[in-house]
Amino acid sequence: MDDLLKEFLTETNESLDVVDNQLVKFEQEPNNAKILDNIFRLVHTIKGTCGFLGLPRLEALAHAAETLMGKFRDGMPATGEAVTLILTTIDSIKEILAQLEATQAEPEGSDQNLIDQLHAMVERGTQAMAEPAVASQVEQGTLTFQVLERPLRPGEVSLDELERAFRETSTEVAAPPPPVPAPTAAAPKPVEKPAARKLAAETETAESDRVANQSIRVNVDTLEHLMTMVSELVLTRNQLLEISRRNEENEFKVPLQRLSNVTAELQEGVMKTRMQPIGNAWQKLPRIVRDLSSELGKQIELEMHGADTELDRQVLDLIKDPLTHMVRNSADHGLESPQERVNAGKPEQGTIRLSAYHEGGHIIICIADNGRGLNTERIKAKAVANGLATESDLEKMTEAQIHKFIFAPGFSTAAAVTSVSGRGVGMDVVRTNIDQIGGTIDVKSVAGEGTSVTVKIPLTLAIVSALIVEAAGDRFAIPQLAVVELVRARANSEHRIERIKDTPVLRLRNKLLPLIHLKKLLKIDDGTSSDPENGFIVVTQVGSQTFGIVVDGVFHTEEIVVKPMSTKLRHIAMFSGNTILGDGAVIMIIDPNGIAQALGTSVATQHEIADENATMRAGAAEQLTSLLVFRAGSAQPKAVPLALITRLEEIAAEKIELSNGRHMVQYRDKLMPLVQMDGVSVGISGVQPILVFADDGRAMGLVVDEIIDIVEERLNIEVASSRDGILGSAVVKGQATEVIDVGHFLPMAFEDWFSRREMRPSSSAQSVLLVDDSAFFRNMLAPVLKAAGYRVRVATSAQEGLVALRSGQPFDVVLTDIEMPDMNGFEFAETIRADQRLNAMPIIALSSMISPAAIERGRQAGFHDYVAKFDRPGLIAALKEQTAEVERAA
Amino acid sequence: MSSKISTSEGAVTEYVTTMIGEQLFGLPIARVQDVFMPERLTRVPLASSDVAGVLNLRGRIVTAIDMRARLGLPKADAGRPPMAVGVELRGESYGLLIDQIGEVLKLADDGREENPVNLDPRMAKMAAGVHRLDGQLMVVLDVDRVLEILPDKLAA
Repeated sequence: MDDLLKEFLTETNESLDVVDNQLVKFEQEPNNAKILDNIFRLVHTIKGTCGFLGLPRLEALAHAAETLMGKFRDGMPATGEAVTLILTTIDSIKEILAQLEATQAEPEGSDQNLIDQLHAMVERGTQAMAEPAVASQVEQGTLTFQVLERPLRPGEVSLDELERAFRETSTEVAAPPPPVPAPTAAAPKPVEKPAARKLAAETETAESDRVANQSIRVNVDTLEHLMTMVSELVLTRNQLLEISRRNEENEFKVPLQRLSNVTAELQEGVMKTRMQPIGNAWQKLPRIVRDLSSELGKQIELEMHGADTELDRQVLDLIKDPLTHMVRNSADHGLESPQERVNAGKPEQGTIRLSAYHEGGHIIICIADNGRGLNTERIKAKAVANGLATESDLEKMTEAQIHKFIFAPGFSTAAAVTSVSGRGVGMDVVRTNIDQIGGTIDVKSVAGEGTSVTVKIPLTLAIVSALIVEAAGDRFAIPQLAVVELVRARANSEHRIERIKDTPVLRLRNKLLPLIHLKKLLKIDDGTSSDPENGFIVVTQVGSQTFGIVVDGVFHTEEIVVKPMSTKLRHIAMFSGNTILGDGAVIMIIDPNGIAQALGTSVATQHEIADENATMRAGAAEQLTSLLVFRAGSAQPKAVPLALITRLEEIAAEKIELSNGRHMVQYRDKLMPLVQMDGVSVGISGVQPILVFADDGRAMGLVVDEIIDIVEERLNIEVASSRDGILGSAVVKGQATEVIDVGHFLPMAFEDWFSRREMRPSSSAQSVLLVDDSAFFRNMLAPVLKAAGYRVRVATSAQEGLVALRSGQPFDVVLTDIEMPDMNGFEFAETIRADQRLNAMPIIALSSMISPAAIERGRQAGFHDYVAKFDRPGLIAALKEQTAEVERAA
Repeated sequence: MSSKISTSEGAVTEYVTTMIGEQLFGLPIARVQDVFMPERLTRVPLASSDVAGVLNLRGRIVTAIDMRARLGLPKADAGRPPMAVGVELRGESYGLLIDQIGEVLKLADDGREENPVNLDPRMAKMAAGVHRLDGQLMVVLDVDRVLEILPDKLAA
């Protein structure tokens, strides 16, 4: 294709996208002359270039559009109708361009209809303004082809206007050919463009223009080639370094070091050329949203944050379509009609918010709307209809799990198939695309509040961090993104490979993990590896599927440059590419998706359900709590929340002294009393494990027999105890465990442990109202608060708390649980805020549910702070802060 | 670069000659990029048996083709390092593993004869004719057809 034409096509296509965008913006801010100038300039450039290249059909269209836009400039109101007309024109220009690209010739046909419409619009506009349209008529026929590739600056006049000015004054001069500025007239060939640009450059001052001129177009292939060469350079450097390391002293050391640094910088630089702002993928969205809002009769505002967040060009291309799809979804399904919104007490205009930011080696993209949220009932019905789950499965699922069904194949909840979305290819396609590039997708939805979809994708596909493993003597790379953890399996240990018939599995934290031997999968089993029960297990996650890949050895992680596989090898689903390691060897990169597929869907679904059940259990109750499990007095294990313990000590038995009938130990230059639990005897030799509880310079040791483990478990006291010192029994790691009551033991060491603070002058004693429906937490927290010097009043429900607050008893701060029956923490806080006498009361929320959404909800409800249960230091800090504020205020 | 040189006698083609097994083969020189010693060949599990593996040649990943397997010849004796002829197809690099590299011959095109009808069908697929040289025959290899490798049914 003609180079000139090619350049024209690329440039024009880009300009048109910008015009799309700017027009939508202009419609919203009709008084922004800057935007209008920008659009006008772009269309003008297109028109000019078309004329120059001899494309009359395009030129005519662009000209008609330009005329209409000229009217806007002259003050004609930019109605939605007019903007739509211009957008339609832009669309037909695009169509013609596409054909031009395919056939290299302007297609036959006429756009008279459209042009007439544009003219009609101009007429109407002119009449509306009651102003004679002179310029547009006179101008016709004597076009000169100017190209000015940058916005006009204030005070600058476009060549076009200059020309018009000349012509309008030409009546006096009576010289038909208007004097045109030299550069344009002199060079009617491609040379003209640089000339025009040069002219601009001379008068240049504004920064943005300079930036525009500092960028050049580079062919993608050139960049790819550069990247390959750099990778090669890196490898050669690595080899040189290796040689240099072997020869202790030599003169190459220093220059080699320099070479090494330069190479690293070069690599970084080349990587940077591949990076593009995500805004490039968003460019088409404002137009799409605008069209959708008129088509659907909804008012939609599109907010975009972090458009300059950069990511690899290749990744960018792959997420463009999924993003567009999700925005369409939000507009179509997510946002309600204006009437519905008003009825729901929301502003008429709905908002779709796109945001992007970096996090670790990832980019996080969030598409959120403030619409109606996902319709859980409809998803349920659809899931049952599609056979994805049974009614009873659904009963047990949380809302979040049900919402995940929207990613299942062929799932669309739109009752009616609209032209916008709901074609049955929906979120599952989005998910597949995102899975392909090693990304993850998640959806959150609150009924009536809105939906947000979060996509997490790697920054680049070209260089990834990979774990290098060995199987049957060969090395392979497993992308680190998919690797959850590494487990060393050994016979006779906790982690050993077990078999169900011939299927290897691993018991990993209460879950059964399906295993697959890499060498068997790749059919390279040489039979050398002896023990089938040993090996390294790479726990891998693909989507919601988790499995273990058994390998013979694990080396290290390395940043690898992914190279595409030869076409002769691409059919092998187990590999996603190959790479050259630092030592120059080529190794294959394992594709976790391929392995997941090879594992079979039956395993996958089974596991998924098991997995989800596990998360459900966790989600349904509290979040995990760190518990210290120990033995004291009986064979039955005991547990205490780890957060309550200050330290774990092992003290030599001979250091334990008996004084005044009590066991004591010198601990950090002080005497620390030891307290024994029933049945625990202080040993006379060896070491004695002790749990130390300390606060405010005083410490107490609880003597135990043996410290067993620290486990993460959801703490749910199932059987309450009437025995002193024991709160009740809970299941910890599958075993009935007694949870001890620290509050019982503390006064045994110092009788005044809780009371001494209260006896201090009351000026500093703050009083706290603790509201929690769980006896366990009341018992756990009250001593902690007392120990920190607060007077504590407990209430078992929000209602009781309100009664206490209204009784006139003064409180400095309210501490409340969130999840409570009847009235929850949010409602409680709102009630307090609504009470005139109480609305200044600081309220701190205590919750196991710490998520940004929950915190935000809490803030709205009027909480001053949000603290995780068991975060003792955090709680004390929050209390101090809140009460200090009260004092300051008082 | 054209390998065809017109002389008064007619068109001639230059061939890089190679020994594979006991047979002499000729590759049109225009298709040969380079000749190298394959080092650190990495085998590719699940690949076709004709693919010997992949290797790093100056930063490019080259797919090595086991010509003996491809031509249906018996496996080479261990110990003797093979040579490789670098060729390119649609932007991808391949290395054809051969036993020995020979001289470059300039042969007239009209001296080339059709494949004998009784030639082993496997070899016949990749052969583009035969040249009669002094004391031996040289089979002309068609590089494009050599690289028409389909995934093994067994391995897939």
